[in-house]
Amino acid sequence: MDIRAQVSMVFHLDKCIGCHTCSVACKNIWTDREGTEYQWWNNVETKPGTGYPTLWEDQEEYRGGWKLDGNELKLNLQSKMGTLGNIFYNRRLPTINDYYEPWTYDYDHLFTAPEGDDQPTARPVSLITGEFMEIESGPNWDDDLGGSPVYAANDPNLDGLTDEERAHLEEIQRVVFFYLPRICNHCINPSCVAACPAGALYKRGEDGIVLVSQDKCRAWRMCISGCPYKKVYYNWSSGKSEKCILCFPRLESGQPPACFHSCVGRIRYLGVLLYDADRIEEVAKSPDADLVETHRGIIQDPFDPDVIGSARASGVPEDMLTAARHSPVYKFVKQWRLALPLHPEFRTLPMLYYVPPMLPVLAKVRDGKYDVADSGGEGLTPLLTSLESARMPLRYLASLFSAGNEDVVTDVYRKLIAVRVYKRAESVGDVTLDEAREALTMGNLTAGEAEAIFRLTALPSVEERFVVPPLGRETAVEEQEGDTYTHKREAGFGTRRAPARRW
Amino acid sequence: MFDVVLFVAFPYFAVVTAVWVGIYRYRNDRFSYSSQSSQFLENRVLSWGSAPFHYAILLILGAHLLAFVIPGVWGSLISDPVRLNILEVTGLALAVTATFALGVLVYRRLTKPQVRAVTSPADWLLLFLLLAQVALGLWVSLFFRWGGDWYLFTAVPWMTSLVKLRPDIATVTTLPWVVKVHMLGGFLLIAVFPFTRLVHAVTVPIAYLWRPHQVVVWNRRPSRTK
Repeated sequence: MDIRAQVSMVFHLDKCIGCHTCSVACKNIWTDREGTEYQWWNNVETKPGTGYPTLWEDQEEYRGGWKLDGNELKLNLQSKMGTLGNIFYNRRLPTINDYYEPWTYDYDHLFTAPEGDDQPTARPVSLITGEFMEIESGPNWDDDLGGSPVYAANDPNLDGLTDEERAHLEEIQRVVFFYLPRICNHCINPSCVAACPAGALYKRGEDGIVLVSQDKCRAWRMCISGCPYKKVYYNWSSGKSEKCILCFPRLESGQPPACFHSCVGRIRYLGVLLYDADRIEEVAKSPDADLVETHRGIIQDPFDPDVIGSARASGVPEDMLTAARHSPVYKFVKQWRLALPLHPEFRTLPMLYYVPPMLPVLAKVRDGKYDVADSGGEGLTPLLTSLESARMPLRYLASLFSAGNEDVVTDVYRKLIAVRVYKRAESVGDVTLDEAREALTMGNLTAGEAEAIFRLTALPSVEERFVVPPLGRETAVEEQEGDTYTHKREAGFGTRRAPARRW
Repeated sequence: MFDVVLFVAFPYFAVVTAVWVGIYRYRNDRFSYSSQSSQFLENRVLSWGSAPFHYAILLILGAHLLAFVIPGVWGSLISDPVRLNILEVTGLALAVTATFALGVLVYRRLTKPQVRAVTSPADWLLLFLLLAQVALGLWVSLFFRWGGDWYLFTAVPWMTSLVKLRPDIATVTTLPWVVKVHMLGGFLLIAVFPFTRLVHAVTVPIAYLWRPHQVVVWNRRPSRTK
């Protein structure tokens, strides 16, 4: 057993309103420089939809993540020799057009235009070339276009659906979509790290944050293809790859990352997970259907004395262990089994988990009214069958969150429905407690668990959502070595020069 | 006297500059060591240029170095006319490939506005020097045949004498000017190497082959290190 601590995340999709405040908070802090304008380390995409960059989930094209070859775990992209062989031209590299060409507007023209018959306009100007351009796509280009045959229909997750199901999704009265906020998953088996020939990408041992060493990166570009989530970005100006750093400078001073802190829907939870690093390979090799379960299995119980002992032996500090015992992520992922990894079949073991969204039930407009009669009767029945009659096919959600295993997703929804019915019995009163108990049995939950899930979902304080000790390296050094002076240059960013091309 | 400047002073200057500035840059501005790939901005034309150029130039450079480092082996290798012919034809084909591919790369930088935007004056200089050097090499291989052979008795003794710090330029001063310019061009490229993106050539990530896939960096791990 080799226990490591990982700063992990849960996004509760039921609470996401798609406002993009997280994206803007991130952009204002980290990616407003030349070469990064197109980069959205945090983005929110509409599902069904093609996402950002376009069709990033299509690994036939991009070859991200890992694949099982017999009993061997291999990079989907290429072998190590293949990496060196393809270093001069990476066939699997997305280009700027798969994201969008960043632009600004010629605002000056509004002030300097000569007097004329027409209002002057501010034409778009490319932030790369400085020339006028036609905007062909941009950030969140398919925002809210859930049922669109132009955009959403190309979502690779729809491939497994029947023709009938697909037709339903495009029917205007049944159109359905939800938001999927994405940041770097800070995986415990990161394929970006494995793909980098220069060894520039690395995982921090203490907290599991995955970073790109700007001094070691040589623009070989393999990380961009290697990451199946396309969360490593190429700075075309500085010639370096960049990615979400989980706001580690903020974490080191005890603040949550900017996207977490700014989240309007309060959908984001940050907490410590303890995992057994010795089992990474074994878990990553699980068959598709078992991936979620084995992934849960690698996460260790922070109350187990053996785990605590092993964690201490590996040098996990006490405050991390304490945080792990109060981790909201542990509750959502392991204890309640509500939060699922995104595309576990990429086998990178992502450490960002999603509570899938409750979905609107299928209904029709009859005599000009929204009629849920089709959804199965009165009283408790429509509530309990809301899963079967949901507009979004379960298979779609299974494609996103459980490598196609519908049972895993069903279990999650049974629990979510149980919590809803239970609280409804309590506060609305149109459902009896007996009926609520039936729902709880279906969801395999106790009343106490349902109450706890409700509280952490709906009423958590900041301290309950973000439970991570300050990762202060200065103080960590002080605790461990007693001498801050000799290590004084080891904290912080490591460079005082702008990350820009100079030679 | 002028020949001494060109064939003795300049090569030493070039190599010292390359090493000195290269190390200085690596130690003081490691961030700047990058291949500055522009594939992200344009990859269709690049596919016709980048890989063919790199493979061709690496093979050609390898042959030049091999004959210089182990002239005896090289000499016995080409002693057979069939093998000499194969080498000559291969070299010519590679030179054509490299020249064509470089032409593609120049065309790309000239015509693609997004790539032009990330092209610095040093990039243009480097591209021009490389194109000139490769074109000269092609010229030499076309009009001064059997270079694989006479290289051993002209440039190799000269460069060996430079390495031994006992410069002897007798074998090169009488060569045709095209050959001389090609030789000096090589050292000119060495001289500009540390000032350009060419530095990426010395950071070939060979260690990747034996490195474990995952890289975990610990700030400090007292229980393990003690």
